[in-house]
Amino acid sequence: MSINFASMGIAMITLTVNGTSYDVDLEPDTPLLWALRDAVGLTGTKFGCGIAQCGACTVHINGRAMRSCSVPIGTLAGANITTIEGLSPDGKHPVQQAWLTESVPQCGYCQSGQIMAAVSFLKQYPSPTDAEIDANITNICRCGTYERLRRAIHRAADLIKA
Amino acid sequence: MNVNLTRRIFLLTATSAAGGLMLGIGAEPTSANAATVVAQPWNEDNAYAANEIDAWIAIDPDDSILIRYQRSEMGQGSMTALPMIITEELQCDWSKVRIEYASPNRNLREKKVYGDMFSNGSRSVRASQKRMQQVGASARERLIAAAAARWNVPASECTAASSVVAHGPSGQTLRYGELTADAAKIKLAQEPAIKTPDKFTFIGKPIPRIDVVHKIDGSAKFGIDAKLPGMVFAAINACPVPGGKLKSVDEAVAKDAPGVIQVIKLDNAVAVVASGSYWRAKQALARLQPEWDVGAAGSVDSDKLSQEFRAALNDTMVTARNEGDFDQAMSGAAKTFEAIYETPYLSHSPMEPLNATVYLQPDRLDVWVGTQAADEATEAAAKASGLEPEQVYVHNGFVGGGFGRRDASDEIAQAIAIAKIVQKPVKLVWTREEDTRQDKFRPHAVVAFKAAAGADGMPTAWSMSVVTSSIWASVGRKPPAKGPEPQSVAGLADNGYRVPNTRVEALIKNTHLPVWFWRAPGANQHVFALESFLDEIASASGLDSYQVRRKLLEGKPDWLKVLDTAAEKGDWGKPLPHGTARGIAICEDTDSLCAQVAEVTVKPNGDVKVNRVTVALDTRYMVNPQTIAEQAEGSVIFGLSAALFGKITIKDGAPVQGNFDTYRMVRLAEAPKIEVHLVPSGGKVWGGAGEPATPPIAGAVANAIFAATGKRIRSLPIIDHDLSYTAV
Repeated sequence: MSINFASMGIAMITLTVNGTSYDVDLEPDTPLLWALRDAVGLTGTKFGCGIAQCGACTVHINGRAMRSCSVPIGTLAGANITTIEGLSPDGKHPVQQAWLTESVPQCGYCQSGQIMAAVSFLKQYPSPTDAEIDANITNICRCGTYERLRRAIHRAADLIKA
Repeated sequence: MNVNLTRRIFLLTATSAAGGLMLGIGAEPTSANAATVVAQPWNEDNAYAANEIDAWIAIDPDDSILIRYQRSEMGQGSMTALPMIITEELQCDWSKVRIEYASPNRNLREKKVYGDMFSNGSRSVRASQKRMQQVGASARERLIAAAAARWNVPASECTAASSVVAHGPSGQTLRYGELTADAAKIKLAQEPAIKTPDKFTFIGKPIPRIDVVHKIDGSAKFGIDAKLPGMVFAAINACPVPGGKLKSVDEAVAKDAPGVIQVIKLDNAVAVVASGSYWRAKQALARLQPEWDVGAAGSVDSDKLSQEFRAALNDTMVTARNEGDFDQAMSGAAKTFEAIYETPYLSHSPMEPLNATVYLQPDRLDVWVGTQAADEATEAAAKASGLEPEQVYVHNGFVGGGFGRRDASDEIAQAIAIAKIVQKPVKLVWTREEDTRQDKFRPHAVVAFKAAAGADGMPTAWSMSVVTSSIWASVGRKPPAKGPEPQSVAGLADNGYRVPNTRVEALIKNTHLPVWFWRAPGANQHVFALESFLDEIASASGLDSYQVRRKLLEGKPDWLKVLDTAAEKGDWGKPLPHGTARGIAICEDTDSLCAQVAEVTVKPNGDVKVNRVTVALDTRYMVNPQTIAEQAEGSVIFGLSAALFGKITIKDGAPVQGNFDTYRMVRLAEAPKIEVHLVPSGGKVWGGAGEPATPPIAGAVANAIFAATGKRIRSLPIIDHDLSYTAV
C-alpha cells in the first residue's frame, strides 16, 4: 500500500514505516522525526531535544534503535522503519507488558522512546545486568521513572525468554 | 444535552496510518477491574453527556459510569485518584468507570461547577478530597432516593453497593443505570455526611493508574500531538534577555526557505510560520538574525547577581519567624557557626517542550495544550484573543511534564498572537533551547546562617537570612500583608527543629529574570541549605547527624517516625567501605513530611555516584499508595538532577544553557536505587505527594559527600565542586 502525500513539484521520498510505504513531500534533510509526526501522522514518536540527547524520538531503523530527530529522510531509501505504533499489533510486546506491570510511565512523554530503546537493547543483551542497562539505555526521563524502568527491563527479559 | 453540532468539525482529527480519520480514539479496558480513559483525553463534546446525574457523573443504562476529572494528569496520578474518591462514596463498580477531563468552558458557564481546575502545589488530591467525597455521596443518596420512591419505601431501608440499590426488607434491587434519570431530578434536603477515613474501603488501595495503558503504545495524546485540518506550524525565538524587545530582523533571508508562509514580528519575539512540517518553520527561523533591544539587563551576569545577592544580606529583612532571643544567645555562646549557601536559577524542562495549537475564529477560540491550569489557560486565552472566556474552549492533553511551568500560559498567548496574523489554525512548538531559556526560573537564592551551640554541641540558637526573588511578583500577586513571601522562606520557617532561639527572615531582590513555582518552591533549595548547615554543626561537635536531628525533633512523633524509618531502612550507622558514606535530611513540604538517607560513593578523582536512596514519606493520608510511591521516586530523581548538575548561568542578561547537552539531567547511569516507605500518620490535614520528596535529596547527598570526603558543599550544583581526595 502506498499513500501519496504529494501536492506538487519536488521529488517524493518514500518511507517504509511499520510495513507501509508513504510518499512524503518534504525536503531530504528533514529529520525522520518530523516526517513521522507531521507528514505520516504517527505522533507516538516524540520531540524532546532535536539533538539526539534525550531519546524521546527513538525508533528502529532496520531493527536498530536510532534517534529519529537526527536522521534525515533522504538517507532512508529502502530502510525499514518501526515506530512505537508498529512495535506490536496489540500493545502486548513483552517490553510493553513489563512497562504496564511495573507502572513505569508517569507523564509518559519519553516512554515511546524508552520502550523502543529497551526493545533494541534486549536483542543485544537478553539477560542484562543493571550495569549493562545503565551503560546502554541513555534516554532521559524528566519524571525520573528510572527505578521502575530498570525493573521493567529485567521483567521484559524474563518474559522474552519464557 | 447542549452540544452545538455545527462545531463538531473542529474535533481534533488525526490521520491514521491507513490515511483515514480517527476521532476520539477509544481504548478497551485492559483489565477486568480497571477504570478507563481514552487515549485522546480531550473532546469538544465532553462538556455534556447523556444520562448525567450532575456535572460530574453520568450513568448509562448499562451501568457504565462517566466520572469527570477537573485537574491535569501529568503523571502524578490524580486522574486515577480523584475518581477513586468519588467511587468510594458512590459505591459503584470501578471496572465500569470511564474518566474524562471536565470542560473548563462548562466550568465558566455553570458558575464554577468544577471549582478551581489547577494541578499545582501538590493540591490535586488534598484540595479536592472533601469535595470529591461529597460529589460521590450526593449522587449515591440521590440514586437511593430514586429507588425508594420507585418502591414507595423509606430511603433509610435502602442501601447501595457495587452500582446496585437494594431494599433490605423486600429484597428488591435496582441497578444504578435504571435510576439515573430519576436521580438526576432529585434534590436532597441536605447533603449526606461523607465518610471518615477509618471507613474507607477503596481509598488507600494501590490501584493501577488509568493513563498508563496509553503511555506504552504511543497512543496517549499530548498537546503537541494535536492536528487540525489546514493547520500550519510555527517556531519562535523570543528575546534571549527577558524583558527585551525586538528591534529589527531581516525577514528576507527566511522567505525563500521551503514551506515558509510568513515571518511574524511580535513585540518581544520573531516567529516563522510554515506549511507541512514544524521542521521547516524551525529551519527558517534559524536563518534569522534578529536584533534585540535589551537595555541595562544586557549587562547582567551570574557573578554580578551573586555579588548583589550576597551584599543584600546586610540589608534590613522581613521577619518570618522569631522565637527566643537569637542575638543574646549568640553573644554568650561558647561555639558559634556561620555559613552562606547559594543555589542557582533552574529551568523546569519538562520533556514535552511548551507548545500550543490554536484555532481562532471571529466568535470562537479552540486551544489544544497541555496545561496545569485549564481554567487559568481559558482566561489567559480570552485575554490574548479579545474574546469572552465563554467563547474559549481549552482542550487539555495528557501533560508531558509540568513541575510548575505549565500554568503560566505564555505559550498560549504567543500562539494566539501568531494565529491573529496568519489567520489559520496554527501549532506553535518551542525548541528545547527556547523551552530552557524562556523559562520562568526556579529563583536564585542566597541563605546566610548563624548558629550557637551549647557545651553538648547541640544548637541553642540559629538565624537564617534569605535573599531571593519574588515568585509572586512574576505571577502578578501583591506581596503578603504580613511577613515575607512564603516561598522565600519555605523549608526554613517551617523547619521542625526545636532550637529555642530561632530567627528566619528574608529580603526580596528582583531582577529582570522571571521566577516561578518549581517543584516544591522554596523548599527545593532552602532544605539543602538548612540540612547541610545543621550537618556542619553536628560534625563540628562530633555528633551523629541522625541523632542530632532526633534530639531536635523530640516530642514530634510524626517527624520522628519518618526520620527513624529512613534511618532504619537506609541502614544508618552500618559500616561502609572507604569513600562511601551516608547522609540524611528531612523536611516538611505541602503538609507532608519526608526524610531521606542517601548512600554515596566518591572516588579519589572526585567522581560522585549516588548508589541508593531510602525515602520515608508521610502524606498523612493516602488515596492511591502506588502513585504516591511513584511520585517519591520521581521527586528524588528530579531533585538529584538539580543537586548534581542543575544550573542556569546568566551571561549578558541571557540564560546560557539551552539543551540537554549543557543543561544536564540524571539518566539511568546516575540513577540510584530508590526504596520508598510510606508512613501516613493521619491527623486533620491531608498532605501532598507530588513535591515533598524533592527537597531532602540535595542535602542528603551533600551530607554524604562530606562524610565521605570532608568536603562541605555550600553551593549547587555539586558537579561544580572539586571533590577529589587522596586515597588512604
